[in-house]
Amino acid sequence: MTTETLTLLGGLVGALASGRIRVVDLTQTLTPEFPQIALPPEMGQCWPFRIEEVSKYDERGPGWYWNNFSCGEHTGTHFDAPIHWISGRDLPHNSVDTIPVQHFVAPACVIDCSEDVKKNHDYLLSVEDIERFEAAHGRIPAGAWVLMRTDWSQRQDPEAYQNFDETGQHTPGPSSEAVRFLVEQRDVLGFGSEAIGTDAGQGYHLRPPYPCHYYMHGAGRYGLQCLSNLDKLPPTGAVLICPPLKIQKGSGSPLRVLALVEG
Amino acid sequence: MLREMTSDPKFRKVLVTDGKTPVGQALVRALVQAGADIVWVGHAEPWKKTGGLEDITALPQVTLVPLDLTNGRSVSELAGEIGGKVDIVINNAEVHRTFGIGSRRGTDVAKAEMDINYFGLLRLAQEFGPALKGRSADGVTSATAWVNLLSVYALSNFPPHGTFSASKAAAYSLAQCLRAEMRPAGIRVINVFPGPIDDEWNQHMPPPKLAPAGLASAIVKALRDGVEDVYPGDVAQEWLERWRDNPKVLERELAAGG
Repeated sequence: MTTETLTLLGGLVGALASGRIRVVDLTQTLTPEFPQIALPPEMGQCWPFRIEEVSKYDERGPGWYWNNFSCGEHTGTHFDAPIHWISGRDLPHNSVDTIPVQHFVAPACVIDCSEDVKKNHDYLLSVEDIERFEAAHGRIPAGAWVLMRTDWSQRQDPEAYQNFDETGQHTPGPSSEAVRFLVEQRDVLGFGSEAIGTDAGQGYHLRPPYPCHYYMHGAGRYGLQCLSNLDKLPPTGAVLICPPLKIQKGSGSPLRVLALVEG
Repeated sequence: MLREMTSDPKFRKVLVTDGKTPVGQALVRALVQAGADIVWVGHAEPWKKTGGLEDITALPQVTLVPLDLTNGRSVSELAGEIGGKVDIVINNAEVHRTFGIGSRRGTDVAKAEMDINYFGLLRLAQEFGPALKGRSADGVTSATAWVNLLSVYALSNFPPHGTFSASKAAAYSLAQCLRAEMRPAGIRVINVFPGPIDDEWNQHMPPPKLAPAGLASAIVKALRDGVEDVYPGDVAQEWLERWRDNPKVLERELAAGG
């Protein structure tokens, strides 16, 4: 019997095979019914996901099935690059094709706001929430994703997911102060949310408007939105794998987001 | 005999493809008034709230159905559910934005116009057309008509609304193809060519503008009278006259601003 050298990756592969490390899918399925972000109608619009058959074992292609699809860079579960926002437009490596690939594999801290959001759809994650999280689970390490768990992804009905009324959209997100704290005091890699944007539905009325986009991207950090299954992640210890498509000068991209979870 | 030569909506089952617009809502009211049995009303992007939808859904003849003409699957699912029952399809779904070539960057708006105004009609016709053709002799409440809401700008491009005009010209051409394919089965295709409608996307247009209720009653009248081409309102009538007189002169006059 030969002596096996247990390499780091060998250990990872073994743990994956034995189930000691599980893979959790944090991605919403791309369907034509999944709602896209809605801007006022006079502005340019992000395309929703659309799909049409090329052939399905029929006269158009007897032995094969395939589709054409179309969507925007910010459709479905997607990644926001710093170039997405005007505050990040002049930074180096700010588009999805130039971001250092190491950043696409990183630890995640999950802050549970689901109870607060049940009571208030406009709930804003506060600095106090972050400090309470750290008191219980330790300091958020530099280079980590911070994910805001709201259970918003469990709203299967697109109307409930979008949650518009006559005053606009009502979905949770981070406060301006919380974003600055995460960027300036904790040096996070990015911020992730379950709703349609990283910012709250009423984020336009905050100062500055859309603070998560403004501060995160202005500091070269990233965004993930339309995440799901955050309730299946531990508060700390998960590792995200989330490489966006390599679109030249891309401001973002739909992607598959996976989490590695121990135990 | 008279009933066969016309397409009276009385006792019939009608699909109106977009209930979120003032025209769609006026159509629903006019059809109910005219004695339609059932009016199915298409409802795309339900999360976007628009006024007036509650009023028409309160009518007992009306049922909202999910329908987004940009989504082929949505069209084919609805055709699967009600395609075998619809007697009259009224395709009023449209995207209308202003500007021509030079005043707007990019092609995304023009694509959105084409995707509903032209490809939307194509998707709808591919899914609902065969079922209608199969039921044109189905008793007194047979399948009978297909109505396309086009625009008088389909005849000659109105440059201030240039890309919209182009999409309506494409739809007009396709509607002629649909008419050719439906005629042998006895389904009448009615093309409606209104001038500017009094809605949000014509705010910059001077009067006269066609009121949604006026357009709706013109469509019901065309169904009752069995007319194929309708030019409702003063502007449409005047454009039609000039176009018949000399299309080249109309083109030059429109290029010069009217």
